[in-house]
Amino acid sequence: MLTKRFNTSSYSFIDKLKSIDYFMILVVMLIGCISVFAIYSTEGGHFSYYTKNHLIRLVVFFSMFLVLSFIRISIWYRYAYIFYLIGLILLILVLFFGISASGSTRWIDLYLLNLQPSELMKIAIIVSFARYYHRIQNAEIQNYKFLLQPIILLIIPCYLVIKQPDLGTSILIAGSGIAIIWLAGLNIKYFVYSSLALLVSLPFAISILKPYQKSRILTFFNPDRDPLGAGYQIIQSKIAIGSGGFYGKGFLKGTQSYLEFLPEKHTDFIFTLFSEEFGFLGSMILLLLYVLLVYRIVRIGFETRSFFSRLYCFGFASALFLYVFVNIAMVVGLLPIVGAPLPIMSYGGSSMLSIMLGLSIVMSCKIYSQDQISNY
Amino acid sequence: MLNRTSNIEKGRIISRRVFILGAAKILLLAGITSRLYNLQISDREKYEILSDKNRIREWKTPPQRGIITDYFNNILAENDRVFQVHLVLDEVKNFNKTIFRLKNIIDLNDQEVRNIYKKKQKLKPWDTLVVSENLSWSQFSKLNLYLHELEGAKPVLSTSRYYPYANDLVHVVGYVGDASVKDIESKKEIEENFVPGLKVGKSGLENSQEKLLIGKYGIKRYEVNASGKRISQIDYLKETQGQSVRTTIDIEVQKLAQNLLKDKSGSICVMDIYTGEILTMASSPTYDPNKFTHGIESKDWKEIKNNPFRPLINKSIAGLYSPGSTLKPIVALAALEYGIINSEKVIECKGHKHPYELYGEKFHCWKKHGHGFMRLRNAIKQSCDIYFYEIARLLGVDKLSIIAKRYGLGSKVLGNNYIDEKSGIVPSTKWKRQVLEQSWYLGETVITGIGQGYIQTTPLQLCLMTAHLANGGFKIKPNIIYQDEINFDAIISKIKSDKDKLYQKSMLQEQEIDTHQRLYSNPENIKFVLDAMFGSTNEKYGTSYRSRFDDPKYQFAGKTGTSQVKRITDKDRKLDLDLSEIEYKNRDHALYVAFAPYKNPRYSISVLIEHGGSGSKAAAPLAKQIIKKIIDRHKFREQIRKASTNSA
Repeated sequence: MLTKRFNTSSYSFIDKLKSIDYFMILVVMLIGCISVFAIYSTEGGHFSYYTKNHLIRLVVFFSMFLVLSFIRISIWYRYAYIFYLIGLILLILVLFFGISASGSTRWIDLYLLNLQPSELMKIAIIVSFARYYHRIQNAEIQNYKFLLQPIILLIIPCYLVIKQPDLGTSILIAGSGIAIIWLAGLNIKYFVYSSLALLVSLPFAISILKPYQKSRILTFFNPDRDPLGAGYQIIQSKIAIGSGGFYGKGFLKGTQSYLEFLPEKHTDFIFTLFSEEFGFLGSMILLLLYVLLVYRIVRIGFETRSFFSRLYCFGFASALFLYVFVNIAMVVGLLPIVGAPLPIMSYGGSSMLSIMLGLSIVMSCKIYSQDQISNY
Repeated sequence: MLNRTSNIEKGRIISRRVFILGAAKILLLAGITSRLYNLQISDREKYEILSDKNRIREWKTPPQRGIITDYFNNILAENDRVFQVHLVLDEVKNFNKTIFRLKNIIDLNDQEVRNIYKKKQKLKPWDTLVVSENLSWSQFSKLNLYLHELEGAKPVLSTSRYYPYANDLVHVVGYVGDASVKDIESKKEIEENFVPGLKVGKSGLENSQEKLLIGKYGIKRYEVNASGKRISQIDYLKETQGQSVRTTIDIEVQKLAQNLLKDKSGSICVMDIYTGEILTMASSPTYDPNKFTHGIESKDWKEIKNNPFRPLINKSIAGLYSPGSTLKPIVALAALEYGIINSEKVIECKGHKHPYELYGEKFHCWKKHGHGFMRLRNAIKQSCDIYFYEIARLLGVDKLSIIAKRYGLGSKVLGNNYIDEKSGIVPSTKWKRQVLEQSWYLGETVITGIGQGYIQTTPLQLCLMTAHLANGGFKIKPNIIYQDEINFDAIISKIKSDKDKLYQKSMLQEQEIDTHQRLYSNPENIKFVLDAMFGSTNEKYGTSYRSRFDDPKYQFAGKTGTSQVKRITDKDRKLDLDLSEIEYKNRDHALYVAFAPYKNPRYSISVLIEHGGSGSKAAAPLAKQIIKKIIDRHKFREQIRKASTNSA
């Protein structure tokens, strides 16, 4: 009786299906639907290249998410470091065989799709950190030895991604990692000290940035510095969102994006387009969907027994929230434009893949929530 | 067991940290929400305006010029439909190729192609280039046939200025051309309505009446994308047409006058002596204003510019001539008004052998054998110079200058209507001191008495001078633009009834005189001068006797004038050459002023033929034909006036 409760391996397929979080799937589907309409709108209401691709990816990766959900959580645990290693190798490969687009080298050609390994790394870092902290005792966490290892694990991919250059993804990877370190219970003082250190070193950090990144950051503080150059994106984005008003301009009626004033409207600025057409109301609904998704993931985290699952769920939830926050804060002008996609909404295969993969691990946590994971 | 408690502790820490993280998330979420609230609700209006500014771009369309008509509402300047081809630059894929195709289809020459490239450099990539302003119908239809091959080319129906009477009116109406920087800077109405390709008045009434004629530009609002390409038209505020300008010109008389001046260099002016309306203001040679509308070709421009008879000068108002003997009625009037002589004074003209002498300087009469004993009336009638030398000497130039100025010489007749109008010169001792910084010589007074020397007048001034005499000596305000607010019938009857009144106050001082007030001291003096002019035309030995009408309906009175362009030497006088033997540029200008009908006069006329020889031979016969025409047309003019007075 007891064994059965602790070991889901004996659950029938029907039992597993029953334990799936359908509400979460519904939320994901809703966001997916909205994303298809938004991409459709970027093409001026034509069902062509971007919409088609986006729809195909959504269907494929959503199915993948459902299928992968049935992988035992212990398998994810076992191969966590392998996953990290693969991500790292791919990142190194990008360095040598990467495909370049608009000045940065981020992708490798995997025949079926151009994969952006940094996106995969976003998940790998959470999985591997969750594993790392799973087995560490509370007392050990504060130990420098155990602190140094994850920091090295974190710095290597971040450095590789910054080199591409891709500041946004690098920040997201770092953020996710730090979130797990925080969750694992590292003493608050470390966070306080390191953020102070960061603040002090910020001017030096900025000085080693690429010129375009520097100008983005300077522009953030004063968008009118260069209204037709670096400030253009943020000014136009704010105009688009602001002119949307409460109810928005209506589906396919966003003049800013329709008339091509919006840059990157398929990818980083998809929220701008959505917000222009659906207004404050639509934006709030979309935000609510993301909040529901994050809330759901956190709830699953509380339901699971193993620290690995729990840390993963909390970590992924925080990461997901971070992605959404960074993207929206960026397009509304609260953060500098660093280049971060909006999960599920933004056009882009790798981003979609990593989010769906992350969600499938969450679902696996849910299905195998009663699985114990031994401490080795 | 330790492991177990430690695990519980670890779980507790994780949970606590999740809640702290959750609180942080809520804070961040609140931040985003309030930002969105700010953008989309508080500052919505600001961003809406910015968004419209982004997406809407305005194109101004040129205003429609008002039309210009003559007194009878015949159109003198209108807006004609023209066929044009425009290139929308952002739709043209290969500019060079398109121009090459267009060149073949509508037959552009190399110069035109060069101009197109020059024009293109000044335009923005989303602007429209006017390739050809005025296509013939065959070019236009051919263009439409090949349109599918020409991306970005647009056949356009536009309007352009057209002058139906072309050469006959260019000096009155003027012409239009592309607005220059100077035009834009100098006239507010042009600056306000400026649109690339705007045509503005360059001369004549087109220039001076710009404010009325120009109209108001229209606005086409287009939705544009980020690169400025037009997506759709949102709004079109139609341009408005300027007011029409009705002139006082009678196109029939004007046409006749231009016709009479054909192959001559000169001017004919006709004025209503009561209303001051100018019926005709002809100047010759002339040119076609339609050639300027789309930019004149350099060949045509050179031809006009290098013509020795100076077609660009409006001789009626910008040509300055010595009035010659046409001044004599004024000299006589001045002498009578100031009481210098009475009309019975006798002076003998003895011919070239015994000229008039003053301090050793000799002054000859034009008549070789002399006029004999002359009284004032005969001296005017036969235009005896000796008589006028003497009365001018007695009168003095300053008194003469007062009267000459009062009757319309020495100042602009039409004020601001023509930028090129000249004031002329009525000399006086003060004038010479101020302008030439020399003192006046009596000999100069003597020749001023026969309208030579420093005195310079325009033909229109002479016409006004004659009108002032003919209406009985009342000041009128000449105009070339119809004044519908003035009731001229009342004014005419008032002048006619005032004519015979006697006034106590003398009018001998230099003074401002209001319109429609008397200019004379004694009406008998005016009557005397008019009677002498009658004699000059209608009695034997009168200088223009050959050009008279015996029918009282057309009978007119006038005064000839022959103005020397160079000093006549004793050698010339001995040679006594025939006109054809003298070099053209040395020939005298022929002048004639007249008014008609003699009984109950209504119109005054001045004729000037540059280097035409004598006034009686070259100028008076033209006046005769014009007078016939204006008197024949008088009834039509009255009908129009009655109709408009009644309707008002």
